[in-house]
Amino acid sequence: MKTEIRIGGFGGQGVILAGIILGKSACLFDGKEAVQTQSYGPEARGGASKCEVVIGDSQIDYPKVQSPDIFVAMSNEALTKYIVDLKDNGTLIVDPGTTDVSDVQDFIDEHNIKVFEAPATKTANDDIGLKIVANIVMVGAITKITEVISKEAAIKAIEASVPKGTEEKNIKAFEAGYNLI
Amino acid sequence: MSEEFFIQGNEACAKGAITAGCRFFAGYPITPSTEVAETLARDLPKVGGSFVQMEDEIGSAGAIIGGSWGGAKSMTATSGPGISLMQENIGYAFMTETPIVIVDVQRGSPSTAQPTMAAQGDMMQARWGSHGDYEPIALSPSSVQEFFDFTIRAFNLSEEYRVPVFVMADEVIGHMREKIVVSDDIEIVARKRPESSDNYLPFENIENGTTPMPAFGDGFNIHVTGLTHDERGYPDTNDPETHDKLIQRICDKILNNKDKICSVQSKNCEDADVVIVSYGAPVRSVVEAVNKTDKKVGYIKIDTPWPFPDEQIKQLCKNASDVLVVEMNLGQMYYEVERVLKDSNVHLLGKIGGLLPTPDEILDEIDKIGGN
Amino acid sequence: MSQEKQNRFIPYLREDRLPHIFCPGCGNGAIINAFLAAMQKAQMDFDNIAMVSGIGCSSRIPGYLKCDSLHTTHGRALSFATGLKTANKDLDVVVFTGDGDAASIGGNHLIHAARRNINLTVICINNNIYGMTGGQISPTSPKGSFGSTAPYGNQDTPFKLAELVAAAGASYSARWTTVQIENLVTSIKDGLKNPGFSFIEVATQCPTYFGRKNKLRTPTAMAAVMKANTVFKSAADRMKPKDLEGKIVVGEFANHTRDEFTENIDKISVEKSGKKTLINSAYESEL
Repeated sequence: MKTEIRIGGFGGQGVILAGIILGKSACLFDGKEAVQTQSYGPEARGGASKCEVVIGDSQIDYPKVQSPDIFVAMSNEALTKYIVDLKDNGTLIVDPGTTDVSDVQDFIDEHNIKVFEAPATKTANDDIGLKIVANIVMVGAITKITEVISKEAAIKAIEASVPKGTEEKNIKAFEAGYNLI
Repeated sequence: MSEEFFIQGNEACAKGAITAGCRFFAGYPITPSTEVAETLARDLPKVGGSFVQMEDEIGSAGAIIGGSWGGAKSMTATSGPGISLMQENIGYAFMTETPIVIVDVQRGSPSTAQPTMAAQGDMMQARWGSHGDYEPIALSPSSVQEFFDFTIRAFNLSEEYRVPVFVMADEVIGHMREKIVVSDDIEIVARKRPESSDNYLPFENIENGTTPMPAFGDGFNIHVTGLTHDERGYPDTNDPETHDKLIQRICDKILNNKDKICSVQSKNCEDADVVIVSYGAPVRSVVEAVNKTDKKVGYIKIDTPWPFPDEQIKQLCKNASDVLVVEMNLGQMYYEVERVLKDSNVHLLGKIGGLLPTPDEILDEIDKIGGN
Repeated sequence: MSQEKQNRFIPYLREDRLPHIFCPGCGNGAIINAFLAAMQKAQMDFDNIAMVSGIGCSSRIPGYLKCDSLHTTHGRALSFATGLKTANKDLDVVVFTGDGDAASIGGNHLIHAARRNINLTVICINNNIYGMTGGQISPTSPKGSFGSTAPYGNQDTPFKLAELVAAAGASYSARWTTVQIENLVTSIKDGLKNPGFSFIEVATQCPTYFGRKNKLRTPTAMAAVMKANTVFKSAADRMKPKDLEGKIVVGEFANHTRDEFTENIDKISVEKSGKKTLINSAYESEL
């Protein structure tokens, strides 16, 4: 079993960290294997940025995502740009506050995509009071929706990845995201 | 107790360097290797090491040679454009038998080309980049774990043979994150100091071997020069025999120990019709392709492109009708394989542009070759 | 038989390397003498001195001195020295270089070493020409002087090295000539004792190339011209630029103290690891 995940957003939204947390959860705390890669280049600041994770039960050879099972879009530009090779019957998770799924409705219908809405930015703003933890809210939603990593592993990975002193806020953000669905 | 980390290849390289005893790093920022420098800038001061950001890559190569004679295991990390600039001083390190480690996280080339894309276009620069005859050692990691392990091995080999060692990584391995396991039982080769300065010759002609090396300040008062030198280290530039003996020994100490230095990993080669030869990141695609196909296909993963593992390649390809070299350039190690396998059909899947060859592209190539 | 009096500096030389390669009349011998005299005056431990040099006639000097010496690539001596000094902050590192080595191919390393104020003592022997390759002009060749690559006279404006290095941040920078040996000895002594980047430019004669190309065939003729053209900095400061054309201004261009590069590295090491940076750690199997 191998699951390919792509997370896209604005540069600066923390999509890379979200991907790192997924990978770290899987291989350090769930006993699975994972590889995380990301796009570099002019789009690293502003523009569309993407992070990809492959999670598997056994060794992952080819490290790149070819056609994702799960696509998480945190910006509309990323949504329209990176949805192209999402698998048939794949899972799309969007932040309705920053995306407009009607822009990809044809693709969703054609490929029988399951769509989930997780208002990560709004939740981060309203519940946590910190817009920058939207990525962690999204990790919570991904964990709940896809079960690709366990909740326990995710919490441990967040604690190990965020700056010291911010653990509590981030765990709160994760829980808020987990409870969105 | 071993420890596990989920980190980038470049961070694993830096961690490997510190584990190996590296306590001096000099470098210049360049994508996609910069995280090696950034990690060491942060971590070297925590272990009593020194980090210097030099004014350019020429200076970086010079500084690590100085650092090595100053008694510290020394390293730099760069990418193609930086490797080009370092070549003169790298040649100096070969000539003066100075242990240093040079990490090259390869990107699209030539010139500045593709800073954030992967390639393997510097393989011949590691082999022949500086002028003259010498025998380099180069290691090519295919995973984050190997980037850690091979950096340690690079330091060990550089100390054992008093020679510059290259770690030829690429953007894929440098930037991706994977789990690494760091065991608490890692073999580290310490530098050997000569026992006494009586009759000590810093460049002694010992067969197959390497003379111990003192640090500056140890009281040996040695002279180190890039000019052709005698066993004392004194310039002797016009005697053909002095030059011949020196360069032969510098080459032989590597060539005569190839059985200890060269390493490959292989699968299914004995009864394969097609053997795929690869190194670095493309190995990941090769392994997946071989696991996917029902055809009789095996693979060889070269850990040490230099010195080239002639014997292992010959042995593992002896039953194959065709050999396919997969690399991210337009044919570099391909010609080495062709040189070694004079009587075989050697094919090339050379992919440039910055993306890893995919397993499907490799399987298509095997179909074209016509493996059963 | 009268016993020949031994030069007091012979114990510092690698006698097994003599005779040296320097031409008759070359200033390098006088400068070696000046360096060793300054070293004694500064009460330096010769055994703790390590020398680094690049390529050129002056860069051959460390090869004749009985200390650890690194004869490196053209222009790069200061980068090797930066590594050596940083790896072992206890060493007294001295760099011998020339005008081509330090100011042309090595110009970038020169200004950056000065900017860092790394504790090195640099003796830059400026003969205004490339001697080892046979008389080509250098970045310090006077305008109008002749060299094998300037058969119609040098058109370029020369660098003023001591001023350049002072401007780049060195805590000690001076210029003297081979006809002011006493000042030179004092200056090298001050440079050795200065805990920062010390640059001593020595204007010298190259009768073989500069002299022959510029109608100054004997070392004494060259010395006489040098002496006649020398102006002390204190006097030069009061002169007009026009009157200073073709003059060699001697004196100190920087002499102050400021933060030193390797001390700063040690400071961070103490802060982060509780101790100064390790010395000779390559020889330890466990750190």
